[in-house]
Amino acid sequence: MGYSLWPFLAIAGGIAVILGSRRLGESLQKVVLPLSAAVIGVSLWQLACEFKSYELRAPDGSVRLIEVFPTPWQTLVELARMLQDGTLLRYTIASLYRVAVGFGLAAAIGIPVGLVAGWSTRAYRTINPLVQGLRPISPLAWIPVAILWFGVEDASAIFLIFLSSFFPIITGAMTAVHSIPTVFLRSARNFRLGRAELFRYVVFPAALPQIITSLRMALGIAWLVIVAAEMIAVQSGLGYVITDARNGNNYPRVLAAMVCIGLIGIVLDLGVRQLQKLDEVRWGFSKA
Amino acid sequence: MASAQDSRPKVEVRGLSKVFSRRRDELAALQDVDLEVRAGEFVCLLGPSGCGKSTLLNIVGGFETQSAGEVLVDGEPVAGPHPRRVFVFQEYGIFPWASVWDNIALGLRHLPQDEQRRVIEHYIELVGLRGFERSYPSEISGGMKQRVAVARALAVKPDIVLMDEPLGALDSLTRHTMRAEILRIWQQERMTVLFVTHDVDEALQLADRIVVMSPRPGRIARIVPVEAPHPREIGSREYVRVKTELYGLLGVSRTI
Repeated sequence: MGYSLWPFLAIAGGIAVILGSRRLGESLQKVVLPLSAAVIGVSLWQLACEFKSYELRAPDGSVRLIEVFPTPWQTLVELARMLQDGTLLRYTIASLYRVAVGFGLAAAIGIPVGLVAGWSTRAYRTINPLVQGLRPISPLAWIPVAILWFGVEDASAIFLIFLSSFFPIITGAMTAVHSIPTVFLRSARNFRLGRAELFRYVVFPAALPQIITSLRMALGIAWLVIVAAEMIAVQSGLGYVITDARNGNNYPRVLAAMVCIGLIGIVLDLGVRQLQKLDEVRWGFSKA
Repeated sequence: MASAQDSRPKVEVRGLSKVFSRRRDELAALQDVDLEVRAGEFVCLLGPSGCGKSTLLNIVGGFETQSAGEVLVDGEPVAGPHPRRVFVFQEYGIFPWASVWDNIALGLRHLPQDEQRRVIEHYIELVGLRGFERSYPSEISGGMKQRVAVARALAVKPDIVLMDEPLGALDSLTRHTMRAEILRIWQQERMTVLFVTHDVDEALQLADRIVVMSPRPGRIARIVPVEAPHPREIGSREYVRVKTELYGLLGVSRTI
């Protein structure tokens, strides 16, 4: 059976642009290159759909094209429909709310505890084995436990997000304190900083760039986990849309939800990366 | 200050030894070092790496404890770091997360606001950083970073400034300018300086006395006074004579 012509043309065009982009200016490249990659990706998606589709000959002699896989266009139409009827906004807010609360709690507890555990050897010896023992357990393994404890409720999903971001954050904060150069701590001792001043003027600011890196990592994990958690532990949110649409055999909606999850993931990461530009932490990041 | 104290050396190092215990054996970093430094004197500790000069400085600063002997400052034994003896490190101990202004303010937290401002402005002027108050260390050159470190150290009005190869990370031209700057500031502020270096010319240009140290175990080989007043003529006969003497003490050939 036949394939459409446009995906091939688009792929060829995309590759041509990428190969020829050397001559483009820096700022133009930043737009053109990712856009070309997106065009190629969508084209491949279209070809994959056409590869999987087949013609069904009915007993009356009519031929119908069965498309197994939702095409980019169908997905886009479904996305527009979800946007229009408000489900997209409602479920996105539900997911973001859970991530915000779970991630916020993890940061609010993980950063101070991590700083103290990084500073005090006794606290480190107490806390670190527990953290390192719990950290390798996938947050998904906690789903049954969470449901048992909190029921099929927001709290379940929030608990899972908390778990998934808490361990990277606390580990990041501990490591950050451990890697503070001696010369900074000596300066602090030389000028007689008290314990509270030491944390405020030296330990916290010195650890901040690495803490921000671990926050960025933790938010990425949290966003991965929220979808999985919502597929099982609650009945709203973008993860729930996927399970629900599959059960209703609405595959364009499954794909539409996936596209949304990806796009929001990009936005979240961009948001955290803005933190790296603050004057107080810029020194900790190579020019990026 | 009482006249009895004026005759007393600012720093007295007596029978100082430091042994580092390593996994299998022990390393004698310092052995039986005696040294007296007068108030307002500029003393360079000169020697190859491993001669214990930094260890000596760390003990005077209170960052390390000796294995034997004692260090007295104004007749009092040193017990831990103190803002009256401020360190300037080679790797710039200044904080990259704080502006030039806030770095210099570090030791002045307990002063009233307007007093703080006055002191910071004075030292920014002294080290020639006017206009860079709001800059961050990553935005200024290595030499300027070290100026910040010097300003931060002096702002607490220390009696003694301990400099551990402060110019070691700078290129040779910047080093040259910075030496002149350090001399100018020292002549203006008249603090006591203990300055560690392995650069013979640096010691010769800066010091009132040069303490030449020999390695393993670290001990004082000789104390060489440099009588020439500042500014010193680098090519003068006296300069070359002392330089030759120093090279001899360090066991370095004068020809290459």
